[in-house]
Order: sequence, then structure tokens, then C-alpha cells
Amino acid sequence: MAATLQSAGSQGKKGGVIAFFRSIDLVRLSRAMRLGVKSLWMHRLRSLLTVMGIVFGVCSVIAMLAIGEGASFEAQEQISRLGSQNIILRSLKPPDQQKVSDQGSQSFVLQYGLTYLDIERIRETIPGVSIIVPNRLMRDYVWNISRRVDCEITGTVPWYPSMRNHRVQSGRFFTQNDLDERTDVCVLGAEMLPGLFPLDSPIGRDVRVGGAYYRVIGVMEARAKPARTEEGDSNKSAAYQMFIPLTTATTRYGETLIKQRSGSFEAERVQLHEITIRVANREEVIVVAEAIKDLMLHHHKKKDYEMTVPLELLKQAERTKQIFNVVLGSIAAISLLVGGIGIMNIMLATVTERTREIGIRRALGARQRDIAMQFLVEAVLLSGTGGILGVMLGIAIPFFVSHFAGMKTIITFWSPPMAFGISAIVGSVFGLYPALRASRMDPVEALRHE
Amino acid sequence: MSNAILECCDVRKTYQMGPVTVNALRGVSFAIHEGDFVSIMGPSGCGKSTLLNLLGCLDRPSTGRYLLGGDDVSQLEDDALSAIRGTRLGFIFQSYNLIQQLSVVENIEVPLYYQGRPEAESRERAIELATRVGLAQRLDHRPFELSGGQQQRVAIARALVNDPLVILADEPTGNLDSSSGEEILKLFTDLNRLGKTLIMVTHDPDTAQICSRGIRLRDGVVESDSRR
Repeated sequence: MAATLQSAGSQGKKGGVIAFFRSIDLVRLSRAMRLGVKSLWMHRLRSLLTVMGIVFGVCSVIAMLAIGEGASFEAQEQISRLGSQNIILRSLKPPDQQKVSDQGSQSFVLQYGLTYLDIERIRETIPGVSIIVPNRLMRDYVWNISRRVDCEITGTVPWYPSMRNHRVQSGRFFTQNDLDERTDVCVLGAEMLPGLFPLDSPIGRDVRVGGAYYRVIGVMEARAKPARTEEGDSNKSAAYQMFIPLTTATTRYGETLIKQRSGSFEAERVQLHEITIRVANREEVIVVAEAIKDLMLHHHKKKDYEMTVPLELLKQAERTKQIFNVVLGSIAAISLLVGGIGIMNIMLATVTERTREIGIRRALGARQRDIAMQFLVEAVLLSGTGGILGVMLGIAIPFFVSHFAGMKTIITFWSPPMAFGISAIVGSVFGLYPALRASRMDPVEALRHE
Repeated sequence: MSNAILECCDVRKTYQMGPVTVNALRGVSFAIHEGDFVSIMGPSGCGKSTLLNLLGCLDRPSTGRYLLGGDDVSQLEDDALSAIRGTRLGFIFQSYNLIQQLSVVENIEVPLYYQGRPEAESRERAIELATRVGLAQRLDHRPFELSGGQQQRVAIARALVNDPLVILADEPTGNLDSSSGEEILKLFTDLNRLGKTLIMVTHDPDTAQICSRGIRLRDGVVESDSRR
């Protein structure tokens, strides 16, 4: 008997952690859990407050990740609408235009922007460039009898929809033939239909712009928001868009646009407002963009254009998202750390408070690891409950955010289990020290404790 | 007379309190046999508590041998000592020492819980013992809902639940009024009559009267050991 006792004792010491885990069987664990629930229930308010620390940690992790994910998804959606293989050049009124027109040395017509010559230069000198879409943008009212919509009229080429990921909803886009023949046809954006044709299909009907009539041949899909990330003053309300053949636009509008602005007329001559260049190979986008930049810099003395590279924007958005995730991760880690410290604090207080109980249990045959397990289970129960409540709250919050604030939120499938897992780990890590402290108490001292 | 179930051979215990070495026990030897009802008496500071802690396997002697049920348990590892306490010893304290968040029956079950006995069996045994100490109607009460005498009876039931070799009682009537105290002592004599071995620490000579044997300690040594 003595021999078996001795060996049992030395085994307990030698095994250490492994023996501890081996000694956990499910029956004991479930008993320890019931006991833990009972003890925690005795101090309901205290347990609740401790749990709160974890609840807010976990729910903020999930909610912030969901909001961040939603925001970056939206940004990427917008960028990808521009086309990741595209490079977009836009005409820009040069910043010193005021001076030029004041001096009036040449004419009162302000000349700037992209030209057909630019297209030629790009096509001639830069390899790997496949399709080029020139655009002209005009602001005007579009009429259907007495209905009127303020609209951005885009004069463009037939391959515009495929280039800009903008699909035709019904009818058709205009063709090369329309472009060659300079036909008076137009394609409307779906957004303007309620204002212009609230009741019936617009296809086959005519709309009036200025003095000219255009036949509606198709309707483009609605877009949630304008795809542009930087807006010039000329295309502020780009939500309403109408497309006509580029040649028709040149014929109808000429090259001089007259704008009325706060009582004075302003004339400007712009050949092209926008050029979209598709690069055949996605890997070459950045290189080609550099080349185009050099080319443009060489031929345009004034900075009367801007260049947008959606791929670059996309990469930037990804980088931003990474930074965002790191920041979120640190905030989450800190809040969970605070919650964990709360648990440790309360567990240390509990251990001190229940020193007598520890002594009694030790006298009645509890081993050190029995005591350690009891307090560890309590800590894990606290953090686990906090984790579950936090996950529920963390799933609910993004729902309310998207419902009331109109922001898009995405709860990734891995974030709730991850947040819960971290909270459980926090509970066991921060519960370990108080539990060990409880288990290492001298039974005699503990029994004497008042 | 039967064999000794508990035997101390020249047990010594010294504490280091700062620079001072305190000799709490300076060589205590005695043997206790099955069916003994022993009182341990002595003035405060004579080493009673130290001796009880050693007998209860809550502490180890500095030197000397302590045999419990024929095994030398004086230098066992902590886990082994826990096992010994859980299977061979029953404790009764002056301040009852029940666990507040547990009911009467759950309190009685605790020693069996740590031996990993099946729950149903433990429950059955706990109810049986609660009935035996007259608490059948109070199984689900919490300790704070009971009187001192009732609490001490729960503690007695708890000390009996693992069918120990020896029951160690530390001033079991110290916190009770005289009538409850008498009830408890009557329970003790009944248990002794049924063959249980009891060791009771007390400083009340009247209480010691009911015991069959009295050990007196003074300054860490046995002063007298008398049978009635």
C-alpha cells in the first residue's frame, strides 16, 4: 500500500502539466462546471460585470471587422467597375485658367484637355494597348415632352459597355454603323427612367436634347453610385447618364462648349473629356501607365488632365484594408486584454475570498489539480459566457448598422468563431495564475483563514 | 486489544519563524487502536493544533514516523496525502467548515466527489448519513439556513461518508451551546460504540470525560496518557 502511494505521489509530480490534462475526464469536468456555475451564480452581479468586459471585447471585434469588411468591399466594387485593366485619362481645367482668360491674349475661349492627337500618340507609341475609348461629356437637359432630367450626356464608342463593366439592361447599345452614320440614337441610364418614362418602356421613343431628337435604343443597368472616385465640377450628378455616338456628339455640339455660370458665359474648347485605355495584359498595367504618364507630360505643357489607374487604386484599397485590419486587430486585442485582466482580477479576489473553502476541500481529499481545475473552469465559464453573448451582440450590431446607417457590413464566416476562440483562450490564460495560486495554498494556512 | 491503526513514533515538528526556530512538537509517541475514543488536551501553545494537523495529514512531521493504517505516511507527496485524507480520515472542525454554496446533501458528498465515485452511489450514501444524523428533512437546505448544532451534524455526516479509519474532531462543541454540544457528544459516543475510532481535541475537562482515553500535551511532549 505504501509503495503504491509513493509511486502515485511521485507520478503526480513528474507528470506535471501532462498529468493534469490526463486527469481531466468528462465526468469530473461536467461536475466541475456545475460547481462553477453554482459559485458564479452566488455572485451574480459580480460575474455579470466581469463577463461584460469580454462581451464588449468580442462584440467589438466582430462588429468592427464586419463594418470594415463591408466598407472595403464597397470601395473595391467601385474600383473594379472602372475595370482593373483600364487606365483612365480625364480632361481637367488647368488651375491657372482664370489668369489666362483674364489676360485674354489669344481668345476668350479656353482651350484645354485631351485631344484626338493624344489617342493617336498613345496608339502609335505604346505597345500592349488594345482598345481606346474616347468620351465627350456634355451637361444638358433631356426632355420627354414635358418631363425633364438634368443629365450628363456621354458621346462615346460602341465598345464602351464592355470596357467599363457597364451592362445593357434592355435594348442594345449603338454599333459601329451608328457611329459611322452619325445617327441620332441614344442609350439611357436606368436611373433616369422614373423621371423621364415613369410608365412605359422608353425603347423606340424619342427624347429631346436642345433642338435635336434622339431615338432611345437601349437602357443601361443602374449603378449604385458613380464610379468616379474624384469628381470634377462638370460631372457632379453623374447618376443620370445618357449615351450617344461620339460622332453624333461632335456634330451636334461642335468642340466649343458654352456654360452659363453665375451670370457670365464661359466658353471652353475640349476635344475629349475622357479616354479609357485597356491594357491587354493585367501585369503590364502599371508599366503602361508610367509610359502614358511620360508621354502626356511631354505633350501637355499645362496639367490639364488627370490620370486614374483603377488597379493602383485597388492595390491601394487593399493596403488600406490591411492597415485597417492591423489597427482593428490591435484594438480588439487590447479590449480582450482588458477583459482578461478583469477576469484575472475577479478570480484573484474570489480565490482570496474562498481561501477557507479551499482549505476545507483540501482537507476532504481534493488534490492541488482538483482545486486548480475548479477555479480554471470558473474563469473559462466567465469568458466563455462573455464570448457567446459577445458573438450574439457582435452579429446583431452590424445588422443594425446596415439597417439604420445604411452602411454595408459583411460578417465573415470566420470572425465569430475566432472571436469566441480568443475569448476562451483569454479566460484560460488569465484564469491560470489565480487557479495555480489557489491550488498551491497550504491547507493548514487556508483552514485557519478567516 | 486490536492492532494500532495509528501510530506516532518520536514525531517532531519545528517551524522557522524568521530567525527563531519554534519546536512545536519535541518527540511525541503514542499508538491508537481501533475503537479508541481519545481526547487530546493541553494548554494553548502546547502543540495540540500542530499534532492534529500532522494526524490529519495536512502537514508533514519534520522527523519521526507516522503510521496510519499500517503505512508510513510521514513523508508522502502532496497528491498521495490528499488521497489519504480523502479515504482514511474524517474531519470535524470547531467552526463546522461547511461549503456555503452547497446544500446539506452536497456538502456530505464532497469527500466522495474527490474520489471520483459515481454520483448516484454518492447521493444515496449522503442521504443515508444525513438521515442517520437526523437531517432527513433538510437535505436541500444551505448551511446558513441551519442552526450551529445542525451544521455540526452535517459535518459529522460528511466525516463519516468515506468510512474513515479515524475521525479527527477539533473542539467540535466549542461553538455550540451546552444542549447542542451534548447532542453532538452523544452522537460521538454512539459512533464509538459502533466501533468508530475518534480523536477529539478539547480544552474542556467535562467533554474529555466521555472519552475512553485522555492524552495530555505540554510543551510539545506527551505529559500523560491515561485510560478510564
